[in-house]
Amino acid sequence: MSEKTDKNAKTGTADGAGRRLSVFKTYKLYVGGKFPRSESGRVYEVTDSEGHWLANAPLSSRKDARDAVVAARKAFGGWAGATAYNRGQVLYRVAEMLEGRREQFAAEVADAEGLSRDEAATQVDAAVDRWVWYAGWTDKIAQIVGGGNPVAGPFFNLSSPEPTGVVAVLAPQESSFLGLVSVLAPVIATGNTAVVIASERAPLPALSLGEVLATSDVPGGVVNVLSGRTAEIAAPLAAHQDVNAIDLAGAGEALAKELEIAAADNLKRVLRPQPVDDWAATPGTERMTAFLETKTVWHPTGSLGASGSAY
Amino acid sequence: MSSTAPTSPQPSPTPERAGAPAALSDVTASDGALRRFLHGLPGVDAVGLEARAASLGTRSIKTTAKAYAIDLAISMVDLTTLEGADTPGKVRALGAKAVRPDPTDRTAPATAAVCVYPDMVAAAKEAVAGSAVKVASVATAFPAGRAPLAVKLADVREAVAAGADEIDMVIDRGAFLAGNYRKVFDEITAVKEACGASARLKVIFETGELSTYDNIRRASWLGMLAGADFIKTSTGKVAVNATPANTLLMLEAVRDFRAQTGVQVGVKPAGGIRTTKDAVKFLVLVNETVGEDWLDNHWFRFGASSLLNDLLMQRQKLATGRYSGPDYVTVD
Amino acid sequence: MSKKNKKTRQAAVASAAEAGGTLAATAAATAPVAHAAPERASAFAYAPAPESRAVVDIAPSYGLFIDGEFTEAADGRVFKTVSPATEEVLSEVAQAGEADVDRAVKAARKAFGVWSALPGAERAKYLFRIARIIQERSRELAVLETLDNGKPIRETRDADLPLVAAHFFYYAGWADKLDHAGYGAHPRPLGVAGQVIPWNFPLLMLAWKIAPALATGNTVVLKPAETTPLSALFFADVCRRAGLPRGVVNILPGYGDAGAALVAHPDVDKVAFTGSTAVGKQIARTVAGTRKKLTLELGGKGANIVFDDAPIDQAVEGVVNGIFFNQGQVCCAGSRLLVQESIHDELLDSLKRRLSTLRLGDPLDKNTDIGAINSAEQLARITSLVEQGEAEGAERWSAPCELPGNGYWFAPTLFTGVTQAHTVARDEIFGPVLSVLTFRTPDEAVAKANNTPYGLSAGIWTEKGSRILAVANRLRAGVVWSNTFNKFDPTSPFGGYKESGFGREGGRHGLEAYLDV
Repeated sequence: MSEKTDKNAKTGTADGAGRRLSVFKTYKLYVGGKFPRSESGRVYEVTDSEGHWLANAPLSSRKDARDAVVAARKAFGGWAGATAYNRGQVLYRVAEMLEGRREQFAAEVADAEGLSRDEAATQVDAAVDRWVWYAGWTDKIAQIVGGGNPVAGPFFNLSSPEPTGVVAVLAPQESSFLGLVSVLAPVIATGNTAVVIASERAPLPALSLGEVLATSDVPGGVVNVLSGRTAEIAAPLAAHQDVNAIDLAGAGEALAKELEIAAADNLKRVLRPQPVDDWAATPGTERMTAFLETKTVWHPTGSLGASGSAY
Repeated sequence: MSSTAPTSPQPSPTPERAGAPAALSDVTASDGALRRFLHGLPGVDAVGLEARAASLGTRSIKTTAKAYAIDLAISMVDLTTLEGADTPGKVRALGAKAVRPDPTDRTAPATAAVCVYPDMVAAAKEAVAGSAVKVASVATAFPAGRAPLAVKLADVREAVAAGADEIDMVIDRGAFLAGNYRKVFDEITAVKEACGASARLKVIFETGELSTYDNIRRASWLGMLAGADFIKTSTGKVAVNATPANTLLMLEAVRDFRAQTGVQVGVKPAGGIRTTKDAVKFLVLVNETVGEDWLDNHWFRFGASSLLNDLLMQRQKLATGRYSGPDYVTVD
Repeated sequence: MSKKNKKTRQAAVASAAEAGGTLAATAAATAPVAHAAPERASAFAYAPAPESRAVVDIAPSYGLFIDGEFTEAADGRVFKTVSPATEEVLSEVAQAGEADVDRAVKAARKAFGVWSALPGAERAKYLFRIARIIQERSRELAVLETLDNGKPIRETRDADLPLVAAHFFYYAGWADKLDHAGYGAHPRPLGVAGQVIPWNFPLLMLAWKIAPALATGNTVVLKPAETTPLSALFFADVCRRAGLPRGVVNILPGYGDAGAALVAHPDVDKVAFTGSTAVGKQIARTVAGTRKKLTLELGGKGANIVFDDAPIDQAVEGVVNGIFFNQGQVCCAGSRLLVQESIHDELLDSLKRRLSTLRLGDPLDKNTDIGAINSAEQLARITSLVEQGEAEGAERWSAPCELPGNGYWFAPTLFTGVTQAHTVARDEIFGPVLSVLTFRTPDEAVAKANNTPYGLSAGIWTEKGSRILAVANRLRAGVVWSNTFNKFDPTSPFGGYKESGFGREGGRHGLEAYLDV
């Protein structure tokens, strides 16, 4: 049976043959650990790759973006201050939860991207593995990018990476789930909090991911998922003075330039969109380091006694 | 500078300097109070202290300022001989040199004092008789200080009786390092009493043995609370003696002590200061830490022996424009 | 010191005062003033100790340095550079315009092929040569820098020049070790770097920019600030002496328009800027939507936090060094003193006493602590902000010192009674002006320190180790100095959080800005 028929079955009507009427899912935003509707009260129709209606998604407004930033800022201190080990455990928990809902996500990704079930399942598996990969990075990245600096003086000098703060993430438009996870996980692995704008055309896997995160010990507000018109939501985020960085992965050339200009107002760290051939390829550390600050602390060492001085 | 200026008559020690100043009498009321006070003093960051001392060491003192500094330094020297081989002859020669450091130039100031062992005080007094040069005597079982208190006090009384104007005592470093501050305090007050009204008391901490800057600050306050007229770094008998850093720290202590009590205390770095360049650096420390109130041999001294000849050679160079040599200064 | 003892000490001061000045009278009686000889009045006045100007030979005019040659500007424009200490004209310098920028970028592009293809070990040797020549000529360059910038010779001699040489030495060593720098197996250079630097540390900022750029195989076009072009032009000569291939380093003295043209030039691959946050934002907008890699090192409003258990004498030195080093014209200056309320009076007394000993005057005098403000424009800005501080009700205190008649000078100044709402607590003054605020608890100190759009530097003064680490962790600043301040080293990454810019200069981290990673 073709995929299309399956879809029809899912969204179909009850018939005399006693087939059960399915329950539609109301997709909601994920903000501050809660699942609000859009403040605008508006939704937009999400279709599959062939134009069939799948569901309505919230059409986020500027005010939703603002609320998401407030939630992300509120969550930042706790998440950044959590131990790296703890963040790793939480990210691994996301992978576990996702593994359990593999079928659901495979179906959503298949619908969203027009893939076969097998192809979609491969994407979901890769996304699960990506969470695992970043779960392992949380307590190693500091050792890779930080370290002692042998300054020429009686000082102990140490550079350590620190999360930059609240990061706005424009998720890739095409790869609705693996792409999303690939840009989101590195942002939060290092202790940032995120406001993610889901793929405009295919937001459903992202919105469902919110449900996974909510049950994975990820503190509320660490990840906030918005759906809607990317350009509309991104503009206030790029200009927001309490957003520290922006990942433009999901922006086209013109939008990216416009947002980068807006981002200059408070000197956000900007990760420009880069062509990605294969989201499944093993990532480097760049997506983590793009949203890390380096803090260098100097401590006097001195001599143990007062005998070292000479003139 | 005339030779008389730095050694002009000084006020005699003030009687109220016996024991802690009234303003701080409560902190010496008990062993516990004294310990809490000393341990409550601000800490010292070694790197910062040494950096500040080094930075002041880069001051460039030239021409008229150098001439002033050299004469001032000469006038601040406690010309010292503390050898087992000291003889009356050696001490007489030292006294003559203290009174007239440069026989070829009568404008060279006299030194502040000669510094000798107690049994040489009489010879020293005779050698400097008629001049303003003081006689200082080390006492209290110098340099180790490891003797019963009665012996130490007898040592002091003998020196004072022989005419010593100043007593350079050593503290009991063992007691200090064992945390027995009250014992150190009591010993200093006892010695101060033995000095009577006529002799000023210099208290030597042997900073090289106290080892840490925090200890040096505590010892400085302890000494001042107990009635020291001067606080002095070292005996000159251990590996590390006066350094710019430990002297700077002691200058900060006397500055703060005066700010709190109104009582001014002198500072004497001793040991290891051998060149004019070194001495000028110490004077810069004085000038920029406590200011001109201490730029006088009543309040600042150098405990040194070979320093004087270098100062004299530099003085001759400034006067003649030629570099001098060791044969143009006296070897006593 | 513990609270208990502090009370004791304060009580002691009070009782001394209450005693009708008996103790003070004791001091007066024993003070040498009572027996002052005539010489005593003169005290220890340091005679002038000027560094010789003869060590540097400044030509009456300088050109642009493009493709290994000194050349006039295309439109023939020139500008004068003056000594801020005397307003004397030092030289006349060609003023780069858009056409010159284009010419320089073309030269750098041409040189890039050869330079980037050189084995790293060869590039390293050029940089080592440069480092050595700078060491050899350091006295000359220090005097030149002092003349053109107005900063004391003590600083150019003891800080700027040693750091400049050290920076070239450090990055020279990286040139053939980039595969091991943690940026992948074979990191590639970006191409032509357009670099715009400020006037506060002219040669040091040049070193921070040029050394890592060349080590990684880039070529550069650098625009020094219009008030301090000379040391960069002398550096051009150092490059020639080192035999550096033509076009690898190009120096374009000029104004903001030349900088803007350089940043906007389509054939520039990398932009590095140190300067004001306002200009930094403009540059960020200019490069938006391009592939140009950008690093920005901008302004700051650093907090120097002094706790009641600080090593107080060293803290005073650190606060002084933090805001009066280079006349406070330092992006990472500790321009806000956050002092624990319980020691406010004690610390302020010490600070004022210490500031009174600062020696302001001829920057070439080896004993000068405070030199001239770099330009009339900067002096006007400082003056205006200080007037605003007074108008807003902060209490001003300036060190008693005589300002020279010519040149641009500002006495070391501090404001007390400052709150977070005062302009002098929020705006970067970039001058010798310290704003003093108080706090009660470590939480409050951290909150106030972080309460600024900037995030470049901070200082912590306490003898309690765990407090240092806890506070350092929570400060949002790129460089944190604990029980020290304004320390720099080529191995130590430098750069800011938030509106203080992004990217790091120095250390292994500093390589990233010039590699395709």
